[in-house]
Amino acid sequence: MAEESISISSKIDPKFRYEVIRMPGGEKLLQCFQCGTCTSDCPVARFSDKYRPRKIIRMAQLGLREKVLSSDFLWLCASCFTCTDRCPQGVEVASVIRVLKNMAAAEGRIPEVFKVLLSNLIKTGYIYEIPESRIKKRESLGLPPLPKVNIEGLNKSLQGMSIESFLKGVSEKGREAKLWV
Amino acid sequence: MGMSQKYLFYLGCAIPYRVSSYEVSARKVLEKLGVELVEMPEFNCCGLPLEPLSHELMLILSARNLAVAEQTGLNILTLCPGCFSTLRKTGKTLKENKALKEEINRHLKESGLEFKGGIEVKHISQVLVEDIGLDKIKKAIVKPLRNLKLAGHSGCHLSRPKKYIGFEDPENPRVLKMLISVTGAKPVEYLGETECCGSTIAALDDKVSLSLVREKLLHVKEAGADALITICPACHMMYEANQIRAEKMFGEKYGIPVLHYTQLLGLAMGMQPGELGFDELRVKPTKILEKI
Ligand code: SF4
Ligand code: SF4
Repeated sequence: MAEESISISSKIDPKFRYEVIRMPGGEKLLQCFQCGTCTSDCPVARFSDKYRPRKIIRMAQLGLREKVLSSDFLWLCASCFTCTDRCPQGVEVASVIRVLKNMAAAEGRIPEVFKVLLSNLIKTGYIYEIPESRIKKRESLGLPPLPKVNIEGLNKSLQGMSIESFLKGVSEKGREAKLWV
Repeated sequence: MGMSQKYLFYLGCAIPYRVSSYEVSARKVLEKLGVELVEMPEFNCCGLPLEPLSHELMLILSARNLAVAEQTGLNILTLCPGCFSTLRKTGKTLKENKALKEEINRHLKESGLEFKGGIEVKHISQVLVEDIGLDKIKKAIVKPLRNLKLAGHSGCHLSRPKKYIGFEDPENPRVLKMLISVTGAKPVEYLGETECCGSTIAALDDKVSLSLVREKLLHVKEAGADALITICPACHMMYEANQIRAEKMFGEKYGIPVLHYTQLLGLAMGMQPGELGFDELRVKPTKILEKI
């Protein structure tokens, strides 16, 4: 028991919560009083054994930086904002979780699918690679051509946004990543 | 009333990728209702799907579109509630936070753009209800769909988070019900009406996302609805195209046709299924078409 608490406390980063509350959307983290409304109303928690928003909030409050940022369940939030609307303490739960994803992403912990979306974006302006057949079909459906994308301007606007580091390790194979199941 | 009936049309990524039926039917009904759509002179993704990587990245992507739109002086109309809420939230956030606005504008300046905050962003359902008005729509109905009982699903981003959107009540959504009623069909209540479709995590966990699809379709079926009506390309993809996948995964049969609201409205306005992208539907709405 004693050993266990030592090994846990060595993984606690007491400054973590202050990092979170400085990020836009994370401000209210410390207001959470662990009522559990977010988890009980969360559609993902209903079907997932490992996804619990209340627990994620608690882990962030406690400073379990490594544990929360390296978890794969963090990415399961569907961003439906039910929790944000219903939290009695005004915690923007979905945004706190997004802050945590952003922190994980900054450390290079990014599920492949997001790399694929980003890589499509900087090449085409769209997050999906829209197949030639679809673009052709627009004509036969009587639809106008797709709006123009200013790729150069887009990429200029994204300077300083760590695009290269987000994309590290994106594989060409990843392009076939299933985007919609 | 008094509102301009001309909008800048923001298409988004999901519709041209997979959901042309929404675009085809929306353009048809809007034209017939006297709405003029102007194409975006320049486009990029609104940023919503990339916000998990970086909030600031999302703000830049959104603000670029808003800045392009400002140059035309037109308000934006979107079909996708995701684009709607993202562009709308960004506009609101930047207008309220001068320092952040300046920071984002430093990025935009690199390509000669500037966000000032001069235009509004509206979802098609909002344009239909607020700008065109139910009276005008009612006058355009030539074939009331009196025999249909329909379940509506408005999608999370049309109304949540409430403090940023504030156009529809997330706990008691009414807009889509009013829009269904105006076609002559009967909107039905069902369990879990405001539940999420799971599209944003479809690529990460198909068990969870398809469980959400299954749950919704079972509730819709229990309520005795003839079809489910959506106003979001992502929700439509989940309940329609992925309905077949959910049926396989759970070894069940749902058989719930899923129509874009604009397809439904088009039918009631006397248009033919062939003009409204019905061919693209995988769950064939044969029974509904027989009933009307
Ligand atoms: S609903 Fe709010 S206060 Fe309750 S556990 Fe979740 S974040 Fe904490
Ligand atoms: S936003 Fe995320 S955590 Fe909150 S209810 Fe939706 S899926 Fe659950």
